[in-house]
Amino acid sequence: MGRYVGNSVKRREDPRFIQGKGRYVANLELAGMVHVAVKRSPHPHARVTAIDASAALAMDGVLAVFTGQDFQDGGCGALPCGWQVPGTKVPERLVVVTDRVMHVGDAVAVAVAEDPYTAADAVEAIEVDYEPLPAVVDARGTTDEGAPRLFDEIEANTSYDWELGDREACDAAFAEADHTVELELVNQRLIPTAMEPRAAAAQWDAAAEEMTVWTTSQNPHPIRLLLAAFTLGIPESKLRVISPDVGGGFGSKIFHYPEEVIVPWVARALNRPAKWVATRTESQMTDSHGRDHVTVARLAMKDDGTFTGLDVETWANQGAYLSTFAPLIPTALYITLLAGNYRAKGVFGKVHGTLTNTVPVDAYRGAGRPEAAYLIERLVDLAAARLGRDPLDLRRQNAISKDEFPYQTPVAFLYDSGDYDRLMATAADNADYDAMRKAQAEARAEGRLRGVGVVCCIEASGPAPSAVAGSLGSAVGFWESGEVRVHPSGQVSVFTGSHAHGQGHETTLAQVVADELGVPLESVEVVHGDTGRINFGMGTYGSRSACVGGSALVRSSEKVRAKVLRIGAHLLEAAEEDVVYDRETGRVHVRGSEERGKEFGEIAFAAYTAHNLPEGMEPGLDFTSFYDPANFTFPASSHICEVEVCPETFEVKILRYVAVDDVGKVINPMIVEGQIQGGVVQGIGQALTEAGAYSEDGALLSGTLLEYAVPRADLLPGIEVDRIETPSPHNPLGVKGAGEMGTIAATPAVANAVLDALRPLGVDHIELPLTPERIWQAVRKARSEAA
Amino acid sequence: MYPSRFDYHRAASVEEAVALLGRIEGARLVSGGHSLIPAMKLRVAQPPALVDIGRIEGLSGIRSEDGALVIGALTTHAEVAGSAAVESACPGLAEAAAAIGDIQVRNRGTIGGSLAHNDPGADYPGAMLAFGAEITAVGSGGARTIAAADFFQDLFTTALDPTEVLTEVRIPAAAGSAYLKHRHPASSYAVVGVAARVATGGGEVTACAVGVNGVTGCAVLAEAVGEALAGGPASEERIRAAAGRVGECLGDAVGDLYASAEFRVHLAEVHVRRALATASARAA
Repeated sequence: MGRYVGNSVKRREDPRFIQGKGRYVANLELAGMVHVAVKRSPHPHARVTAIDASAALAMDGVLAVFTGQDFQDGGCGALPCGWQVPGTKVPERLVVVTDRVMHVGDAVAVAVAEDPYTAADAVEAIEVDYEPLPAVVDARGTTDEGAPRLFDEIEANTSYDWELGDREACDAAFAEADHTVELELVNQRLIPTAMEPRAAAAQWDAAAEEMTVWTTSQNPHPIRLLLAAFTLGIPESKLRVISPDVGGGFGSKIFHYPEEVIVPWVARALNRPAKWVATRTESQMTDSHGRDHVTVARLAMKDDGTFTGLDVETWANQGAYLSTFAPLIPTALYITLLAGNYRAKGVFGKVHGTLTNTVPVDAYRGAGRPEAAYLIERLVDLAAARLGRDPLDLRRQNAISKDEFPYQTPVAFLYDSGDYDRLMATAADNADYDAMRKAQAEARAEGRLRGVGVVCCIEASGPAPSAVAGSLGSAVGFWESGEVRVHPSGQVSVFTGSHAHGQGHETTLAQVVADELGVPLESVEVVHGDTGRINFGMGTYGSRSACVGGSALVRSSEKVRAKVLRIGAHLLEAAEEDVVYDRETGRVHVRGSEERGKEFGEIAFAAYTAHNLPEGMEPGLDFTSFYDPANFTFPASSHICEVEVCPETFEVKILRYVAVDDVGKVINPMIVEGQIQGGVVQGIGQALTEAGAYSEDGALLSGTLLEYAVPRADLLPGIEVDRIETPSPHNPLGVKGAGEMGTIAATPAVANAVLDALRPLGVDHIELPLTPERIWQAVRKARSEAA
Repeated sequence: MYPSRFDYHRAASVEEAVALLGRIEGARLVSGGHSLIPAMKLRVAQPPALVDIGRIEGLSGIRSEDGALVIGALTTHAEVAGSAAVESACPGLAEAAAAIGDIQVRNRGTIGGSLAHNDPGADYPGAMLAFGAEITAVGSGGARTIAAADFFQDLFTTALDPTEVLTEVRIPAAAGSAYLKHRHPASSYAVVGVAARVATGGGEVTACAVGVNGVTGCAVLAEAVGEALAGGPASEERIRAAAGRVGECLGDAVGDLYASAEFRVHLAEVHVRRALATASARAA
């Protein structure tokens, strides 16, 4: 281990965030800047019959109003979908609609004014005539014969169908099963709630014909690519995309959104810098949402509890249009995870990607994997109840053992490493599981509703081998670039295509490079989020930055070390094989004679003076690597949650939450713990409070934070975090993703605990979120059925 | 989140505020601004002018007077919640104040603003009804006093004339008082809020009043509950029976995405029982 990797180095970015010195897109002020506001549809589905902007244009300070036709005429292209499984039908998505709105919040017109107040006034003054059309919001109901057809060319409102697994083995498993448990469940729609709402700004340099776009993105390089190739039509060589500090994203800031096209288009049209900042209400109705599955599933097992088959059919609501990566989430990040941590071979999954009059649905923290984990872990609990088995015990019986890795699942993935039994044993120890069960028995005897939820979950993180991604429908590669530039002074600038939106890359990636080179952390600076400074990158999502971005930097550091070694040997007049690169100090010295050495800084300086370099060596000390991962990494977790449900108000109180995760080798334990804690909180949110809700006729009912309940501190227990480490064998750091495991595990852990509490009352399942009313209704129903 | 244009006036006195309200049609008073400003930012409210009364001297503070608490309109929720005088004279009022919103809201929001706004999810209105508060308002014709039962009229509607300024509220001491709430997980408004006041003498309940907010469009005094508990001991059985009467006072219950009308009535019954038990114990 180096001096830094493995240690809880304090986050270098925090002083500026804590002191209010962070620089966000909304903070950007440029001379002559104009302000953009968007007129949005109040209708879920309607024909736009007329737009009258005369009153808006007559206002003082209003510069322009643009309609969809203006954007069409001005060369604006449709927003593309970057992941298409075979046969995917892609509805056209314009940045501003021309004749039809497809969801509440769809952009109808754009107002530009000298200040944001006037822009908001102008938007209000734009009059739009609509002819409302019938709407549909339900993931499965939209495929019904009677449902309104949303696009002429798309039958049954189904964009694509996709399946994976061994159908025959699955059928055989069910034919031979001693027991089968079935479940129809909803994985409810969630609305990502980043602290920083989306924003975009742009400046057009008319002389150079160069555009700079500032946008709240997790991946500025792919946004530049899409702007250049599809939407804005300015070549990449003339387009710079900068994502400065980004205040959270959880996936919602991966995608290419209309506003980051509208704003540069306006800046060029008016030849003035332009800015748009989403209101919270706009965030709720335009940020891509998450989850929204309806699933029918069954699990087959033997008398002895051995799982043999899992059969899943899911209707995944993709919203009104396909967001940038939408079809990836319920296919290659969901069906592929259905084997879970278990050995059953007869696994088969089928998904229908459906279209509705709702905000597009795409990746949200976990993205497909929470949907798989929630489904599997609910079924396993039902199986345990059916068999009269302890749910932890049943999981340990079925878990893939540590000797079976690499483990080929029946649904394509090759799990790299893991020790699920040790995970569960550690969780049980930390929770004092037996004592929890004893306390539960005592509570039940007193008529109290105490429950314990256990889960064991898998994640696929660090996407992805580019060729595999391509074969599954991706339009892009999923490698990462990393440049390590050693300056003549020996200071180091690290340029990464990963881009933090809260993860702490400025700290962790510096730890990695400082250790690789043996230089002080203070001399390593991490640069990210600017296509003008980093040559290319794929960005941050899927818990990939350490696995893929970090690995690229290791490769570049290795190249730096090799050159430093060669120069060092040359300066020391020794053969390369006779010198040693001291990874603790960055010093090159003669083997067996440490006093004969050259400091890292001396060698860096020599590389740039080039007065005395080995024959044929180019000057400079700057290397770039493009790292394409050999596989995903497969983090795993076992979480145990203890709850008590009030038998009168049906409020859920989480008494304890015990998390044990395996995210491989850990670069910064404090940051990993923070990731797990934050992830667990979001998972608890899905379990207990969050629901992105539409009325049947398409109104967004959870349109503000007065209705949409993100978890608050008073809902949360202390989260007890621990980990085990099974290094990933296929990346140089041995790391696995840490950003999403907590979210994936927490939702089923809490749901299982609550339903365990209610089991004596005869309640088997309640849809999320487990609000007091839903629990009350379920209990009343069970009581009336029992009576 | 940009409000439409409005004029801003800072009143130096209640008289000036009243005059401004009389002069500018549709002008609204602002003090803490924790209801009005968000509504303006959403453009749900678009007043042509705001009259800021937040710096008028003498409108803030808590004093005890003839067995009652007199609380100035500009007194913040945090001041009410943290007041030793309130805690001892009417613990239920301190509980209601402490249950409002979050720390930031309690540090800015004022009792006068909350009462005048009469949000169905607000915590104070039920307490004012249960504790028998009297509200003082000053208009062009001088001051008048309005009983809480007459003050809260309908959703966001009170007995205040548009040109009147609420200046203070008088709450009779009630040692046997309590406030309990089921908080909305997003908004922190009351899904159900129950204020109870119980007076006892000679082992019997001599007076009982229960106010409920959050369930109906406007807070209600659940008279059937009070009548059921008065005139006998505050036994668990009698409290349960009295609480069971609350449903008949909540015929206009309304539901939302989080809780249906039916569930709110269920929660109200549970909270009435608990609040009565606490208030009775405090009265004894």
